[in-house]
Amino acid sequence: MSSTTNYILGVYDDEDEVLHAVSEVKSKGIKIEDVFTPFPIHGLDRAVGHERTRLPIAAFMFGVLGLTCALALISYTMVFDWPMIIGGKDFFALPNWIPVTFEGTVLFTAFGLVTTFCISNNLYPGNQPDLLDLRITDDKFVMAINVDKNKKVSADDIKKALKDSGAIEVNVK
Amino acid sequence: MSHVVSPIREKLVTGGKSYSDVTHDICKQVEGEPTKEWKWAFGISSIVFIYGAYCLFYTWWQGIGVWGLNKTVGWAWDITNFVWWVGIGHAGTLISAVLLLFRQKWRTSINRSAEAMTIFAVLCAASFILAHMGRPWLAHWALPLPNAFGSLWVNFNSPLVWDVFAISTYLSVSLLFWYMGLVPDLASIRDRATTKGRKFWYGLFSLGWTGSSKTWARYEYMSLILAGISTPLVLSVHTIVSMDFATSVIPGWHTTIFPPYFVAGAIFSGFAMVQTLLLITRVVFKLEDYITIEHIEMMNIVITVTGSVVGIAYLTEFFIAWYSGVEYESYAFINRATGPYWWAYWMMMTCNVISPQLFWSKAIRTNLMVSFFLSIVVNVGMWFERFVIIVTSLHRDYLPSSWAMFSPTMYDIGDYIFSFGLFFTLFFLFAKYLPVVNMAEVKSVMKGVSSNFPEKKKVSKKTEE
Repeated sequence: MSSTTNYILGVYDDEDEVLHAVSEVKSKGIKIEDVFTPFPIHGLDRAVGHERTRLPIAAFMFGVLGLTCALALISYTMVFDWPMIIGGKDFFALPNWIPVTFEGTVLFTAFGLVTTFCISNNLYPGNQPDLLDLRITDDKFVMAINVDKNKKVSADDIKKALKDSGAIEVNVK
Repeated sequence: MSHVVSPIREKLVTGGKSYSDVTHDICKQVEGEPTKEWKWAFGISSIVFIYGAYCLFYTWWQGIGVWGLNKTVGWAWDITNFVWWVGIGHAGTLISAVLLLFRQKWRTSINRSAEAMTIFAVLCAASFILAHMGRPWLAHWALPLPNAFGSLWVNFNSPLVWDVFAISTYLSVSLLFWYMGLVPDLASIRDRATTKGRKFWYGLFSLGWTGSSKTWARYEYMSLILAGISTPLVLSVHTIVSMDFATSVIPGWHTTIFPPYFVAGAIFSGFAMVQTLLLITRVVFKLEDYITIEHIEMMNIVITVTGSVVGIAYLTEFFIAWYSGVEYESYAFINRATGPYWWAYWMMMTCNVISPQLFWSKAIRTNLMVSFFLSIVVNVGMWFERFVIIVTSLHRDYLPSSWAMFSPTMYDIGDYIFSFGLFFTLFFLFAKYLPVVNMAEVKSVMKGVSSNFPEKKKVSKKTEE
């Protein structure tokens, strides 16, 4: 996050409180940028207003790709490039290919999925994020409100709304 | 609210810990100087590793003629050790993936070390695959790479090729699953870091984690999908390992019961190894509040269940050998139980079938010393299971004039010692430099299950005001 943006941060110390606070703050017409937490809280992303992730679709696509690549490789080598009779079986011995095809599918799914996850969340080695609060990865839950995106509500009202919703601290960054 | 507090469940985290206490307790050993116990443990395992590395080097240099193999018993300790380590390697993925799918919250404080153990065990197994190839520098011949022999491809109908794919996929996917689980915890260490080095290294590997709700939501989906694909993966791996034997026509190997029987055995020995390591880790790092008697008991229950499955498989094999009316098959099994290797067979039966039945008693399965002892007994038994399957099926073949016994040389033993050195050296490095308990996951299950959690929180809130 760029340092020129103004954020008002509500710091909470309980996951249930922050989940309540999200809907409370939103009901006052304040747009929440994001909520940062030390561990996943179920339903928080939907409460903030994020769309449901499409990662499962990506994973499925990678799986299909893996399956196709594995079958293509095995059929090319075993049927077309150098066919050999092994154990009296057909060249196209599909049941024997299940293990390698399965492993290929899993391998592509796993690596494709994790790569997609890292790209979509801007995670890469050496990334040094401008953290809003160092206690987020310890025990605090931080609601970030972008002042520039909330022209209609004054900064003081935002701070009051955060305090009222149970924030133990309100900071500006 | 979102947390259902069950009145009948035991507490998963004891000692009235707050979230901050969790971070502190787990990060403490990463941030502090290595303790004396750790230095001793690491020192001894390094010496074992160096001795083993010498033996392995000698094996690679001279070839596998230095082993005690003969023309009848052409596969012995190398493959026994390989199957044993791969089996042990199954528990980590089982705990983190299968128990995640079953929503077993007790997995959270043990999954990290179990997964680490998986990776190290699979590496040990890989060392035996490489060694038993004889010419390890040609290991890439097992992969379908274009080559100068007209592009002679690998045989995709062969279980040995399936094994190459299964083990390498399993190793890389487990590594990925484990690393992604580590990222939020590495970020915790990064944000607490007081030294430049720690800030740099943990910062580098935490990939710029911020903990935003959007990232967490995607992260949860990713974990679920990885668990979903790892579950059939872990089952496929030992199924394929068993097919290395089952697709051959050797009496004693050629049985359809092998895949489920090997998978049950793998879970059995893997849980036993996790138990051994957990009981040491919880004492050395003072994690008694995170790895509780409840966890130990759960593990022992899984050991009893899988041990019983293995026992039934042993009996079924025997029954089918008789019922099939195939005299070679019958002979193979009677020879196992009463032939020259009877002691290995009964060692296996005692350790794997009888000893876990002791856990039916609650007093025994909640006793730490007994659990520790039995967890080692189980793994001794599981080593003998593989030895019995491999060596006793081979040592008396169809031609009585070539019947032989197997005796290990110092290099058979030394290569096995190498795997222990490698395993424990890696495990102690992991235990010192990475968080041994998944902090984020433990925090996420604490509220419903931690003792005195709400009371403790009110107190800390007051002090902050």
